Amino acid sequence: MYEHNGDKYFVMDGHVHFWDASPANWVKGQEQFAKGWIECFHAYQGLGPPDTHWPIEKFQKYSEEDFVKDVFEDGHVDVGLFLPTYLKQWYTEGFNTAERNARMAEKYPDKLIVNGRWDPREGEPGLKQLEEDAKRYGLKGVKLYTAEWHDGSRGWKLTDPESQFFLEKCQELGIKNIHVHKGPTIWPLDKDAFDVSDVDHVATNFPELNFIVEHVGLPRIEDFCFMATQEPNVYAGLAVVIGGLMHARPRFFAKVMGELLFWVGEDKMLFASDYAIWEPKWQVEGFVDWNYPADEAYSDYPALETEGKKKIMGLNAAKLYGVEVPQELQLPPEEADEPAARDDAQLVEDRA
Amino acid sequence: MTIRSRVLEALGTVYDPELDEPITSLRFVTSCDVSADGDVDVRLRLPTPQCAPNFAYLMAADARNAVRRLPEVRDITVLLEDHYTGDEINAAVGRGEAFAEAFPGETEGELDTLRELFQRKALVARQSRVCEALLAEGATEEEVVALGVADLPDDRDGRRCVELRALLRIASDAAFVRPDGEPIAAGDLRHWLRAARLVRTSLEANGGICRSLLRVRYDLEEVAA
Repeated sequence: MYEHNGDKYFVMDGHVHFWDASPANWVKGQEQFAKGWIECFHAYQGLGPPDTHWPIEKFQKYSEEDFVKDVFEDGHVDVGLFLPTYLKQWYTEGFNTAERNARMAEKYPDKLIVNGRWDPREGEPGLKQLEEDAKRYGLKGVKLYTAEWHDGSRGWKLTDPESQFFLEKCQELGIKNIHVHKGPTIWPLDKDAFDVSDVDHVATNFPELNFIVEHVGLPRIEDFCFMATQEPNVYAGLAVVIGGLMHARPRFFAKVMGELLFWVGEDKMLFASDYAIWEPKWQVEGFVDWNYPADEAYSDYPALETEGKKKIMGLNAAKLYGVEVPQELQLPPEEADEPAARDDAQLVEDRA
Repeated sequence: MTIRSRVLEALGTVYDPELDEPITSLRFVTSCDVSADGDVDVRLRLPTPQCAPNFAYLMAADARNAVRRLPEVRDITVLLEDHYTGDEINAAVGRGEAFAEAFPGETEGELDTLRELFQRKALVARQSRVCEALLAEGATEEEVVALGVADLPDDRDGRRCVELRALLRIASDAAFVRPDGEPIAAGDLRHWLRAARLVRTSLEANGGICRSLLRVRYDLEEVAA
């Protein structure tokens, strides 16, 4: 819970990690990739305020105590959502597996939610594993990383025929929340690997599932927004948008927020810190206190008031995951079901 | 003008296809050495080791081609450094090979379609900046859509619009066109601009993140964009 100017915010962090990227966990022969990956993440941390930067050694592997302090104690987070990233091609025990996350979540059952994963290239054994994971962790969501390498393949799409079996399985198992992260490599390599049109297709075909596009489809915010406007079950995960822009590029951050509020709306945006890339504390405090710069350039973007911030900070995600929010942190009932104002939805018909 | 400055000038005509900005102003050119005999050695760097291989290849290949056109240049080496597919890309670019040859079996075709897709996005983004400036100066929607290519301002955005239109072979003479080249009607201008501004914001935000990451990765000083 975060309190600011007398307003109380329920904070649900939609994207936290507990990874091990230390050299002891690097796969032999793949060291350059394992090292490159974590160094790349570390560079992203450099986009946050200087006093929140960590040395690379701590960044490679941080302790449970670090996590608890940064996320729950200092970071104001009521509930954190673990999104796993396996990358077993590069990390022996995986980078950030559901299993590793679950060991921590067991100790904080009311504060951490474990999400699973699947990869359509794993076929029948993958489906079995998903069933087992669903039972073991009580999964309500999965994180999909479409750029992950697997047996010489450099990525996959949600529209691949094999993916349909997994989406059907999710539906059957009550795994309603599908977090999708686009990455830099998807076969074939001559296509745009960040293309989000596959999310568009499956969002239409699986209306009971929610698709949370992590990092709002960065670097394809425009394609994401045009799509999210049309698909009622597509949501915007704000990880990297806040961490990567709010401090480093505040004017771009304001414009991106303005566009997201216009096209996607405050009912479908989810706060996320992407810890340990960035600590939640400065992001929570900064976002709750955020407003557009006083400048003509931002004058026709939708306003973001306290109610909207409460939704984005946690109430939207709590709804998706069925998390109980204390009465005093909920919105008054008459405001709770008000749809987001979006007066120009037909715009997509004649998109640029 | 020295050979080196002509080489740098040539590199300034090479654009990041995704961001529509010259690789020189993005600071992707790490070094550029020219020997007394006209042998050129160009080193490139990118914001992350995992930047998309297709765009990385295009920048390296375009850089080589731009420099090779200079008559005073004898031999040219372009090396992309610190990238996870750098070996494949450098080998293919060095031999003057196509993208498909850098990644055999991993592509279906060449990168022309991808490049064109991003040229269209870039044109939308550039036009939106020009259009907004005109409206802010008091032009009406009717006046704006009546403008022709020759009326585009002689500034960075205006000149780049003309270049992109030529690359995309846009036939219309209207100053403001949709991505498919069709002119925009006055009544549609505001709607078009709303969507165009989103494309521009996306490009600008990506450019911002790329610049920030490059700065952190190579410990560079901040410079005005």
